[in-house]
Amino acid sequence: MDAHIRIEGVTFYRGDRMIFDDISMEIPRGQITAIMGPSGTGKTTLLRLIGGQLVPNAGHVYVDGQDVAALSRSELYTLRKRMGMLFQSGALLTDLSVFENVAFPLREHTRMGEDMLRDMVLMKLESVGLRGAHALMPAELSGGMARRVALARSIALDPDLIMYDEPFTGLDPITMATIVTLIRRLNDAVGITSLLVSHDIHETLSIADVVYLISEGKVVERGTPDTLSNSNSAWVKQFLQGLPDGPVPFHYPAPSLAEDFLGQRDA
Amino acid sequence: MLDGFAALGHATLAALQKLGRAFLFLLATLGGLPALLPRPRLLLKEFFSVGVLSLLIIVVSGLFVGMVLGLQGYVTLSKFGAEESLGVVVALSLVRELGPVVTALLFAGRAGSALTAEIGLMKSTEQLSGMEMMAVDPVKRVIGPRYAAGFLSMPLLAAMFSAVGVLGGYFVGVGIVGVDEGSFWSQMQSGVDWREDVLNGVIKSIVFGFVVSWIAVFEGYDCVPTSEGVSQATTRTVVHSALAVLGLDFVLTGLMFS
Repeated sequence: MDAHIRIEGVTFYRGDRMIFDDISMEIPRGQITAIMGPSGTGKTTLLRLIGGQLVPNAGHVYVDGQDVAALSRSELYTLRKRMGMLFQSGALLTDLSVFENVAFPLREHTRMGEDMLRDMVLMKLESVGLRGAHALMPAELSGGMARRVALARSIALDPDLIMYDEPFTGLDPITMATIVTLIRRLNDAVGITSLLVSHDIHETLSIADVVYLISEGKVVERGTPDTLSNSNSAWVKQFLQGLPDGPVPFHYPAPSLAEDFLGQRDA
Repeated sequence: MLDGFAALGHATLAALQKLGRAFLFLLATLGGLPALLPRPRLLLKEFFSVGVLSLLIIVVSGLFVGMVLGLQGYVTLSKFGAEESLGVVVALSLVRELGPVVTALLFAGRAGSALTAEIGLMKSTEQLSGMEMMAVDPVKRVIGPRYAAGFLSMPLLAAMFSAVGVLGGYFVGVGIVGVDEGSFWSQMQSGVDWREDVLNGVIKSIVFGFVVSWIAVFEGYDCVPTSEGVSQATTRTVVHSALAVLGLDFVLTGLMFS
C-alpha cells in the first residue's frame, strides 16, 4: 500500500508538556484516514506537523516522500499548494466575500483570466452547494455554510491531500450529514487522500477507511472501523462507547479526598 | 530577595527576546515589500483605511491646535508688542514640532490601534494560519501592505495637519484678534526656512511613521491569540507608540536644531 504521509518516530513537546511520544503512522494514498482520540491529545498538532507549521523535536514527517521539516521555505510552500486544510473555524478571510475567499488561492497562485477564474470559483462553490451564496460576506454565513465555503476554498487548487480539523464539531445533524457526504464524495470522485481529525465517533466511523486511535502521545489502536468496533481493548471500548469512566479516568489527577478535605485540620 | 532578582532577569530576557523578534519581523516585512509592486491595489486598499479614514481627526485636530496657537501666541507676543510675528510663531511650532508629533500620537490612536486589533483578530481566528496553509505568506500579503500604507501616510497626514493648523492660526490671529494680514504672511514667509524647518519636520514624520506602523503591525502579529491578548496588544500599541514618538522627538530635535 502506497503511503501518502509517513510519520516516523515523532516526538513533540509543547513547553514542558509531551504531546507525542515516539509516534509512528502511515496515511494511505487515496483513502480516508481518521485520527481519533480524546480532546487535548494533540490531534490538531499532528495536522500542523504535517503542514510544516510546527517542527517535531525528534523524528520525521514525510509527505510524498519529502521530509517536511527539512524543506526550505519555498519548497514547503510548493508542497502546501498540493495540500488543502479545513480549519475548525473555517478561517475564512472576513474582509472578503464568499466568492473572493474561494478565489483567493487562485488569485495568489495562478494567472487565470477573470472569466476562467469566475467559472472555477462558481464550480467549486457548486460542488459544496453554495453557488447561490457567492456574494455573501463571511459574517452572514451560518457555521455550517462557513465550513462548506472553507471546504470549497481548500479544494480550489485541486490538492491531492485534504486535512480536516474537527469537521463535524458544532454542526446541526443535517449540515453534519452534508459534510460527511461531501468528504466521501470528494474522496471517491477524484481520489483525494483525506486525513480527518475528529472525536465524533459515529460520523467518523461511517466514512473512514482506516482509523488511528491516539491517546497520551501514543497510537493506542489502528484498524478499519469494523475491527475497532470488535476490539477487546478496554480503552477502545470506553472511547467508542463513550463511557465516562474506565481506563481513561473521570477525575483529573488529584490528591485523595481525605487529604483535600481533612488535611487542613492536621496541619 | 532572590525571587525579585529572578523576576527582574526574567522580565529583561523576555523584553530582549521580544525586541529581537520585532527586528526579525521588521526585516521580513521590509523584504516582502517588493512583492507589492506588481499589485498596487493591495496597497491602495490599505492606504484608504489607514490614511484616508484618519483624515477627519487629523484635520479637525490640526484646525483646533492652530487656533489655540493663534490665541496663545497673540496673548504672549502682544505683551512685547510683537504680535506681527504671530504668523512665524504658529508656523514654526506646527512645522517643527506639533505637526509631526501630534499627528503621530493621533495616528497611533486612530490607525495604529486599528491595525493591531485587525491583525490580532486575524491571528486569533486562524486567518493568518489558514493563509500559511494556502502557501501564502501572511507577512507579505497582510502585513506588508498595511505597514507600507502606515508609514507612507504619516508624512502626508502631518503635512495636512500643519497646513490646516496654519489656517486655524490665521482665522484666529487675523480674523478675530486683528493681527495685520500682510505681516502675518510675510513674517511667516521670511521666518520659516525650507530646509531647516520644513524638511526637518518631514524627516521627523517619516521616522515616526516608520516606528508607529512597525509597533502597530508587530504587536498585532505577536499578540497572544485570545480576546484578552488582542486587547492588551492594542493598548501596548498606543502606549509604546506614544512613548517612542515623544522620546524620538527629543533625540531628533537635539540632532537637528542644536
